[in-house]
Amino acid sequence: MSVAAQAPPAADERISKPGLLDRLVVRPEIGSLLGAVLVFLFFSIVTEQFLSTGGVATWLDDASTLGIMAVAVSLLMIGGEFDLSAGVMTASTALVTAILSTQLGWNVWLALFVSLLFALGVGALNGWLVMRTGLPSFIVTLGSFLALQGLNLGITRLVTGTVQVSGMRTTDGYASAGFLFASTFSFGGTSFYISIVWWILFTIVASTILVRTRFGNWIFAVGGSALSSRAVGVPVMRTKIFLFMTTAFAAWLVGSINILRFTSVQANQGIGLEFQFIIAAVIGGCLLTGGFGSAVGAAIGALIFGMARQGIVYANWNSDWFQLFLGVMLLSAVLVNNALRRRAERVRR
Amino acid sequence: MTSLIETTEIGKTYGSVIALRDVSTVVNAGEVTCVLGDNGAGKSTLIKILAGVHQHDRGSLKVEGEEISFTSPREALDHGIATVYQDLAVVPLMSVWRNFFLGSEPTKGFGPFKVLDRKQGREVTKKALSEMGIDLRDVEQPVGTLSGGERQCVAIARAVHFGAKVLILDEPTAALGVKQAGVVLKYVARARDRGLGVVLITHNPHHAFPVGDRFLLLKRGRSLGSYDKADITIEELTRQMAGGAELDALSHELRAAEKEDVS
Repeated sequence: MSVAAQAPPAADERISKPGLLDRLVVRPEIGSLLGAVLVFLFFSIVTEQFLSTGGVATWLDDASTLGIMAVAVSLLMIGGEFDLSAGVMTASTALVTAILSTQLGWNVWLALFVSLLFALGVGALNGWLVMRTGLPSFIVTLGSFLALQGLNLGITRLVTGTVQVSGMRTTDGYASAGFLFASTFSFGGTSFYISIVWWILFTIVASTILVRTRFGNWIFAVGGSALSSRAVGVPVMRTKIFLFMTTAFAAWLVGSINILRFTSVQANQGIGLEFQFIIAAVIGGCLLTGGFGSAVGAAIGALIFGMARQGIVYANWNSDWFQLFLGVMLLSAVLVNNALRRRAERVRR
Repeated sequence: MTSLIETTEIGKTYGSVIALRDVSTVVNAGEVTCVLGDNGAGKSTLIKILAGVHQHDRGSLKVEGEEISFTSPREALDHGIATVYQDLAVVPLMSVWRNFFLGSEPTKGFGPFKVLDRKQGREVTKKALSEMGIDLRDVEQPVGTLSGGERQCVAIARAVHFGAKVLILDEPTAALGVKQAGVVLKYVARARDRGLGVVLITHNPHHAFPVGDRFLLLKRGRSLGSYDKADITIEELTRQMAGGAELDALSHELRAAEKEDVS
């Protein structure tokens, strides 16, 4: 037992400076980084296209929209909440934009703006309901997930008579909005989608906020212990509602990228994606119970997703194997996280 | 000198349940007011009123002579009343220094580009803790790796550092071993010597008596009396805590029962 006050005066010399390995082990994203390196090496050796610039562009693009969502979801999970409506929200925002601009003839920019307000509103409502009722966010957002799913189909069918909205290409402002959200840029002779840039940008901003700002400190705190945080004056409700709104914002960003790239959207799109976001965040080191995790880790988790999904295609395997891979990956990530958590929460009396 | 906190016949009801009634006591700077009572005596209700978690619905609460009713813990904090809860003192997964500054983080930079001043955070935490006589190996380690006593001490040092005038401690020694409890009580005394008014909630008179200046005894939501240290002995305190007259009656009954068994 160590009683701090009775320790010898030469306090700081009691432990040697932690080695590089020790310092790395406690980082939440280290597991995902190792996993990413393994997956990368494996497919680089097994397949030929994987390392070609075209191949790289493909799996980076696959990872990008998933990554944007995974990063936002990881912040929310660190804050101790889930959002099951996040997947469907990517379709809802795209539908709002598409219906306003193709059916009502609005300028795309205005439609995007209204769609953003809609997303932030849904996010705020999710957060407010969770905080106000004290119910688990799992249940509350399951409700909004189903509600949005119904709204997506119902309204799309009412407005267009079908279950998809298309024709974005002929709308006002499509060119400029498309440039921002869905253009490609050339790098080393290969074209890369701009969504990759959004993904990297979003990760940098989210990670900086999380680790370097006051608000980031509050995110960890409300996820780690909402009651303790409230007791020292952290605005728990405001913090959590803001996190739900951040997730909704990310869904708007992804929805906008999708609608402007594919120029049409299916009303049943996005269903089931919410679990992929959570899986990527967990692979990236987020605890399901909140209070611990990393935004960079979630981005790496999404990268593993993208590399494995495309790698399996390049290797000419049946894509059924992807699910197996996912399951194994998730289980090992949770086991590693659990060990880390026990290390951090170990109580010495 | 006006008292830091003065309650006069304060009371609180939850629906039809009277949780607290007619409790009067004072908390002075540089003194420890101990609140003693068994489970359900109203100790928690009293401190929740003082900490701004609940509002009292009768009697008066004066802070530095000014009548007040807190609407949030933040408001109580702004009046210099800091509360350290038994299990809620810290966030276990966060590092010591992040816990220390939680809610009052040091920042640098301007406007929307304000970032945490992590270097200052670490240094100030280390300094503030060592001033309270708490010597930690590493302020970057998660608080969860500290012992129960050390965690309480971090929370106490935090309150002292951020200029609390009144420190409310909810059962700080409850889950601790004898040695750890002693360490925590030492920091309580140190906080008192630095001029803070301390409210110490406990159900252990042996922890309360050595550091306390005033003892408020609660039972079933009512006050059994508020005594200065000079007016009460530890034996009397223990007896009152244990139920006093009721205990006498109980031992009488037990004796009677024994006699019956023998006959």
